[in-house]
Amino acid sequence: MTNNQLTESGRLKHFLTIEGLKRDLLTDIMDHAEQFSSLSGRQVKKVPLLRGKTIMNLFFENSTRTRTTFELAAKRLSADVLNLNINTSATSKGESLLDTLHNLQAMHADMFVVRHNKSGAAEFIAQHVAPHVSVINAGDGCHAHPTQAMLDMFTIRRHKQHFPDLCVAIVGDVLHSRVARSQIQALATLGVGEVRIIGPQTLLPADSQTLGVHVYHDMEKGLKDVDVIITLRLQIERMQGALLPSPQEYYESYGLTEEKLKLAKPDAIVMHPGPINRGVEIASSIADGPQSVILEQVTHGIAVRMAVMSMVLGSQSEQQDDST
Amino acid sequence: MTVVITEINIQQTLESMAAEIRQTLAGKQPLLIGVHSGGVWIAKELAKILGSEFFDGNLGTLNIAYYRDDFTRIGMHPQVTPSDLPFSVEDRHLLLIDDVLYSGRTIRAALNEIFDYGRPASVTLAVLIERNGRELPIQADIIGHTLELTAEQQVKLCNTNGLQLELKIKEVQHD
Repeated sequence: MTNNQLTESGRLKHFLTIEGLKRDLLTDIMDHAEQFSSLSGRQVKKVPLLRGKTIMNLFFENSTRTRTTFELAAKRLSADVLNLNINTSATSKGESLLDTLHNLQAMHADMFVVRHNKSGAAEFIAQHVAPHVSVINAGDGCHAHPTQAMLDMFTIRRHKQHFPDLCVAIVGDVLHSRVARSQIQALATLGVGEVRIIGPQTLLPADSQTLGVHVYHDMEKGLKDVDVIITLRLQIERMQGALLPSPQEYYESYGLTEEKLKLAKPDAIVMHPGPINRGVEIASSIADGPQSVILEQVTHGIAVRMAVMSMVLGSQSEQQDDST
Repeated sequence: MTVVITEINIQQTLESMAAEIRQTLAGKQPLLIGVHSGGVWIAKELAKILGSEFFDGNLGTLNIAYYRDDFTRIGMHPQVTPSDLPFSVEDRHLLLIDDVLYSGRTIRAALNEIFDYGRPASVTLAVLIERNGRELPIQADIIGHTLELTAEQQVKLCNTNGLQLELKIKEVQHD
């Protein structure tokens, strides 16, 4: 993909995918997020950076964590934010997606945060919005979920100093996971030493080899000496056909149990993008245990989304300069 | 063109500022807050002279990047250290410190940020250099030196080999 998410001078105009972004830009996002997370200790947790901007959350697919953290991030930046649940609104009355968009644009939206069950939806919208409008991808089909990947990178950086020294294992339903796809790209861009994907053949992508990852079908081998374990949710809703025997059997082979966790480094951290299926992807004792950083991921989601939103809307200044 | 201003002895100036601060804020146990980055250098120097028994506790630092009024013109600023106020400002007397007071916009932003931490009893402003060119109704209470400069002249505090003041004269742009 050519990088139509960047301005001519390389600033972030839209945030659609990690693919094609440089390491410096990913590091910038994390550095800004680091500053924004320092706000949580204050009496007033808001800053006036995006005052007067209007941000519309367009969720064509359900979400709790992502939508609420995007909403909170926008509010902490003092933007006005609207949540549109598209399934129950105009499109169900037959209005086309572009008509809906043009109507929202006519209300002077500055940014759309888009979640859609079709891959490429956010990019499609980015191609059709007015030049002063930015688009952030909050998850499109099985394609990408770049802000989730960045909050995961931020969480890893908070615990582990140096990306090149790390071995990261992503466990489970990589095939249907836009999170995993974006994570793999981000980990590679940040120069992580080794990325492993672990899962049954039916849940790993056929092109695994081209992703630059090491493929394991066996947890015992795959988890050996890793620094970070990312467990993924089984995306039952996206599965077509019999890809899985049963949740119980899956847990026995690929669920993260205390016993399997011992194979990783003693200071390994355990992550999960949520929502968790306890006793399917991960044992409850681990999800709530000392090595779990799952709730930290949620907290960091706010700061990382603040960073991305302010960088994206900040790049609009350049466009205004160009036009005058 | 850049020249170093040698006529101003920074150490002496700081000592006389400290004397004035002692008088103005006697018995008020003020909290010191420096504005990044020049204001923080000045605040550290003043803290040394004033002594911890006078200002009671740690030094706060403010990074006003999120409170600037030029976001829609230039976007996000490059990375700077985040604000750090390691104390509650609620009902306390604050001494806000910056290196140069010029347009007043930085101090406007700093005051806004301070009030997001709480409601101080008072804020006193101390600056090393006060120059002409105010764009907002903001004045300093304690002033090291006053300079009359033209719009092309810019004064900046540098901290490479100790603190020194640099006077920069902007080239006139011909478009």
